[in-house]
Amino acid sequence: MSARDAILKRLRERADGALSAPDSDFAVVTGRGWSREERLVRFERWIGSVHGEVVHAAEEDWTDVLAKVLVDKGVRRLALGKQHPVAVEARRALVNAEVELVDVDRDIEQWQREQFDDVDAGLTSTRGAIAETGSLWLWPTPDEPRLISLVPPLHIAVLDGRTLEDTFFDVIEKHGWASGMPTNALLISGPSKTADIEQTLAYGVHGPRELVVIVRHADDVIGSSARQ
Amino acid sequence: MTAVKLYPPRPDKVYLFGTCLIDLLYPEAGMDAIRLLEREGIEVLFPQDQTCCGQPAYTSGYHHEARAVAAAQLDLFPGPWPIIVPSGSCGGMMRKHYPQLFAGTDLEEQACEVAGRIFELTEFLVHVCHLDLEDRGEPEKVAMHTSCSARREMGLADTGPALLAALGRVELVEQARASECCGFGGTFAVRHPEVSAAMVEDKARAIEATGARRFITSDCGCMMNIGGRFEQQGKAVKGEHIASYLWRRTS
Amino acid sequence: MSEQTAGVQTYTPREFHRQAHDALGNPQIRANFRKAMDGLMAKRLDSFDDWDLDALRELGANIRLRALARLPDLLEKLEANCEANGIKVHWAEDGEQACRIIRGICENHGATSVIKGKSMVSEEMHLNAHLEEAGIEALESDLGEYLVQLNQQTPSHIIMPAIHLNTDEISEIMHDKTGTERTRDVDAMTAAARQQLRERFMAAGVGVSGVNFAVAETGTLCLVENEGNGRMTTTVPPVHVAVTGIEKVVEHLRDVPPLYSLLTRSATGQHVTTYFNMISSPRKEGEHDGPKEVHLVLVDSGRSSIYQDNELLDTLRCIRCGACMNHCPVYTRVGGHAYGTTYPGPIGSILSPHLMGLEETRDLPTASSLCGACGEVCPVKIPIPDLLVRLRRESVGEGRGNVAGAGIKRTRKEVAAWKGFQWLATHPAAWRAGTSVAGRLRALTPARLGAWTQHRSAPRPATTTLHALVKQHQAAKTDKEER
Repeated sequence: MSARDAILKRLRERADGALSAPDSDFAVVTGRGWSREERLVRFERWIGSVHGEVVHAAEEDWTDVLAKVLVDKGVRRLALGKQHPVAVEARRALVNAEVELVDVDRDIEQWQREQFDDVDAGLTSTRGAIAETGSLWLWPTPDEPRLISLVPPLHIAVLDGRTLEDTFFDVIEKHGWASGMPTNALLISGPSKTADIEQTLAYGVHGPRELVVIVRHADDVIGSSARQ
Repeated sequence: MTAVKLYPPRPDKVYLFGTCLIDLLYPEAGMDAIRLLEREGIEVLFPQDQTCCGQPAYTSGYHHEARAVAAAQLDLFPGPWPIIVPSGSCGGMMRKHYPQLFAGTDLEEQACEVAGRIFELTEFLVHVCHLDLEDRGEPEKVAMHTSCSARREMGLADTGPALLAALGRVELVEQARASECCGFGGTFAVRHPEVSAAMVEDKARAIEATGARRFITSDCGCMMNIGGRFEQQGKAVKGEHIASYLWRRTS
Repeated sequence: MSEQTAGVQTYTPREFHRQAHDALGNPQIRANFRKAMDGLMAKRLDSFDDWDLDALRELGANIRLRALARLPDLLEKLEANCEANGIKVHWAEDGEQACRIIRGICENHGATSVIKGKSMVSEEMHLNAHLEEAGIEALESDLGEYLVQLNQQTPSHIIMPAIHLNTDEISEIMHDKTGTERTRDVDAMTAAARQQLRERFMAAGVGVSGVNFAVAETGTLCLVENEGNGRMTTTVPPVHVAVTGIEKVVEHLRDVPPLYSLLTRSATGQHVTTYFNMISSPRKEGEHDGPKEVHLVLVDSGRSSIYQDNELLDTLRCIRCGACMNHCPVYTRVGGHAYGTTYPGPIGSILSPHLMGLEETRDLPTASSLCGACGEVCPVKIPIPDLLVRLRRESVGEGRGNVAGAGIKRTRKEVAAWKGFQWLATHPAAWRAGTSVAGRLRALTPARLGAWTQHRSAPRPATTTLHALVKQHQAAKTDKEER
């Protein structure tokens, strides 16, 4: 008998008999009922508490904010997609900037060394974020591959304020994750960190040392209230 | 934590299960428990055939022996009265583990019935007697060590401190890591003496650091352990069972 | 454990007493653990501040129970959904078989170098040693694991593998083994490790990771981490092998958020980790990175045996947060290595006997004062103290006899002692006579009661027992009433 069949047989022919499965009440992980503003405040507080930097921008001129971040962080080479509106707008805005734009629509095998050694920052869109934990959620795509948010020392993520939701549970339920998971789904909450050396926090152990979240707002009212 | 328990009105009579440690080593604590209850107008019945709840055998894995010993206690409380146990450890054994120990046996129903009438002393004094205390002692600073069984098995972290607070002239100071085990654990202290010693060392040090010269506990196992440590070290800190302390200061 | 390759510092549960003795006598070890555990306990408390913790734990326990109740069905579903997603699923009866499967995958790809994300199951089956025997280098990439591997040790905590080492020790290790300049600057050491490991990620032919939750409904493997090495391990090498125990499966995707929340808060007091990495397939057509092959190795290794028994089953609810260790007064004092098992502390003491047998682990079920702190903090409400007592029963041959090595600690001497206790405690007259005699002979009580009196003074029987005092008290009362 194969290992598979032997294991399953043992589990099915359980000595103490079949078990009954309890129902689950998920109330404790949902139903927060936060307003848009509360969500933003919470998101910013939590991601800030784990070293994520949040900058606010109006939808029309977020690329100005991006340009400023790039200058402030001394980014020379920025990896980004081509098709997502975030990438399209960024490319358009940065066409005359000093920063060099690095295409990521290449199989990693062709440029792994370059990506590891010679990219200062990766720019990605996000699908949304979670207020309760200060987490971004990303479903990497061929346009914005998995390693862009991981390998460069700086990850710049663009988040639309209106895509914030209360809890992780809410995100999974509302967006029907269970009916079609992507190759890789990610929650990102802050830059890479470790406390393995005597519980002292250090950032950038494997992934980015810095995470900057540009939160775009349809109107700047929410942005300014979140800043208070 | 145990589920919220509904407490009965104050009864006319109670049983006292004195526990073997009190019987043998600290009988005055048992007597003081009786005095406190009698002062509340409650008649205390003490079945003379009681011995031990069976916990030492139970926690050592000797469940046949534990069951035999426990079974011998079950018949001692025929009336409907609450059974008061001046120890969280023995109380926890009788309330929580008797039903498990007798599950599937002829005595299961009786064990559950008895378990349902078990009250730890401080629990009973606070929640059933709503004890009023008139403190006649000198102002004093004390520390309290609540046993792990009282705290976690019986969910009684607050009743001991509540009684001490009710004394009025006693300042209760909290030692560092108050909820950490003192290292007694019954046969644990025998099977793993070095680890147990490291634990009681730390506990004694934490109590001493509060500046209190007395620690109060509702479990004689912890008292024997922590008090024995202080004594062996020649320290001035003394342990006292909460029943004795309450009686001494209010009589 | 003792079977590991030469050079690795080994510990064995058989030597618990000696190892605990050594740890207790090492002030550095004691200080490191005390400080770390105090910090972790405080952080956990803070992190649950705004939660209905009981309701969340109830849900966590419930989700795990449901998964276990449907375990065989869910494993089949997981397998079917993974395969449909393009993940190849393997089954292993034991660690040895799992090691062979992983080695086979490496050999098929001509991989001579494996990079590893944190996986306790791979520690449990000594994967590194197995691969090295086959000429395949296995390098740990979690910083803590990397450090203990450099130091030729095994982890001392399931979440924080290098918790037993302090900054100076780590600086020395990195200097000795990697030539890193000695420093007390944690950022500098971290940066050095980043550089060293990045080269290895690029060079590795296979990445091996563990799994925190395997979702049957979607065929998804979830990995929880802060460092990003888990994402690197599962994304950079051309092949990813995930290895996990069969109990790690959960039914639905919606079951994941509560467990994830419980895991991070219980483990390190974080409200969330930096990364939650959910993998559902290898690189698809048109995608530009990620492994082209993903394998899942499901390991039984004693788990299906635990599964047979209604009480022992609860052991399998564990989500490996380590909170029971952080709160254990025994673990806090002796540290993880003293246990000599892959899983130390309370969870280790109820799990290891099933993985290694009670003969090997005979001292672990008793290495607890049954203080209940572990059960109190367990995010999935495993009644750890009850399970310790159950294994004590099995050890002395008074359980169900369904744990390997049952009865190993049953000795004629101890049985006689407990039979004697039983006889005395069921013969009240003899009991009363005995206890009263003890009181009268109190002067003869030995001043030294073995180990007890090395650290405490001996208890002295009272001159009169409570039984006798109550009799006098009642007689006095009757007297008074009659007068």
